[in-house]
Amino acid sequence: MLAAFEYFAPKTVEEALSLLSKYKDKAKMIAGGQSMLVVMKQRLLTPEYLIDIKGLTALDYIKYDEKQGLRIGALTIHRAIEKSPDIQKHFGVLSEMEGNLATIQTRNWGTIGGNLCHSDPAGDPATVFIVLKARFKLASSGKERIIEAEDFSTDYLEADLKPNEMLIEIQVPNPPPHTGTAYEKLMVMKGDMGVVGAAVSITLDSKGGCQDARIALSNAASIPLRAKKAEKVLIGKTINDGLLTEAGEVAATEADPPNDVHGSAEYRREMVKVFVKRVARLALEKTKAAR
Amino acid sequence: MKGEMKELKFTVNGKPYELKVKPETLLVDLLRQELKLTGTKVGCLDSACGACTVNIDGKAVRSCSVLALQANGHEVTTIEGVADGDELHPIQQAMIDHGAIECGFCTPGMVMSARALLAESPDPTREEVKEAIQGNLCADAGYVKYIEAIEIAAKEIRGGK
Repeated sequence: MLAAFEYFAPKTVEEALSLLSKYKDKAKMIAGGQSMLVVMKQRLLTPEYLIDIKGLTALDYIKYDEKQGLRIGALTIHRAIEKSPDIQKHFGVLSEMEGNLATIQTRNWGTIGGNLCHSDPAGDPATVFIVLKARFKLASSGKERIIEAEDFSTDYLEADLKPNEMLIEIQVPNPPPHTGTAYEKLMVMKGDMGVVGAAVSITLDSKGGCQDARIALSNAASIPLRAKKAEKVLIGKTINDGLLTEAGEVAATEADPPNDVHGSAEYRREMVKVFVKRVARLALEKTKAAR
Repeated sequence: MKGEMKELKFTVNGKPYELKVKPETLLVDLLRQELKLTGTKVGCLDSACGACTVNIDGKAVRSCSVLALQANGHEVTTIEGVADGDELHPIQQAMIDHGAIECGFCTPGMVMSARALLAESPDPTREEVKEAIQGNLCADAGYVKYIEAIEIAAKEIRGGK
């Protein structure tokens, strides 16, 4: 079923990175493999060397700090993020998103880092991390760099990850006061891949106007797409229903959605309008509950 | 070297194994073909149907979507390891008593998903039961009886409370 490869199971991050710098683009890292094994079964991916990092427990952690915000190790499983009391309390949108990410079986084995590095524009976490202004920490032997979540995906299944680099941590800053963030996607069945999805974060100023807004779309382009023009519709205004409709319409013009068996490009554009408005309304509701 | 066999140490249904395994082997193939534990079913081999669900360290996982070598150091439980000798697990007994069986092909996966749920949440809500088996497709759409049987089993395990 799978093409043959040579297998390594490094015990430390350093060991994993040195294998990567030795074999470079002939090697692939596998974490939970919940997406990767699918493309390996289809022989779209046939690595000569497979570096299995699923067992690197050093990268399996969730740390929350009132000042520093949230840090998630790349090998944390989806289910752990969903169930984390710190995440439920301070970053509820992440827990809600994880609950619909896939079936429980997939969430029990698949990792957050694996999901992000697979760089599928239909993936849910990337859009949420974009609106949360998250950053990703990448490492190569002896080096580290930080990249903004919105710059990580470069194309369909392609990420800004050099052949000798791996994702090791996701850093999410604490949102400013009066910020609400929400994510929803159009699902045929609960836990399905989204036909399209929208993540929205809204920060209100002391007078209730929109101080800042971030909008990102899933499965609406070749990358998780930040809809910057739609954000501008909201920023500096007092948000009302008409403005939310306009933001949805603008986001639909920014989208370049795929045309496939799950939905035509035209249908997806329509759904972008619906979901941006719906999710922005939810985010607005949440600003009231936020400190 | 490509295809070089690697050592796998793990336990299946409480029994320790030390094997040499080709790295490209999926866990489900190892279980069924090498260990002859054919109770775990192969439906789609594509992580869509849930028929191959096993428990790894007590959690429900699809064995078609895990490399056999990734089970190294872990405890795997398959449908063959669920009963206590000749005594069926309350989930199995409840499914039989309640007629939650249909053609039986998805049943091992359903039992494994339900087992993982009840280990974590002994008194689940109906929503939690539904969520636990949302990734197990039943071609006969026998979902309602499965849900009810899992609730009956949960009550039985709690001592009738």
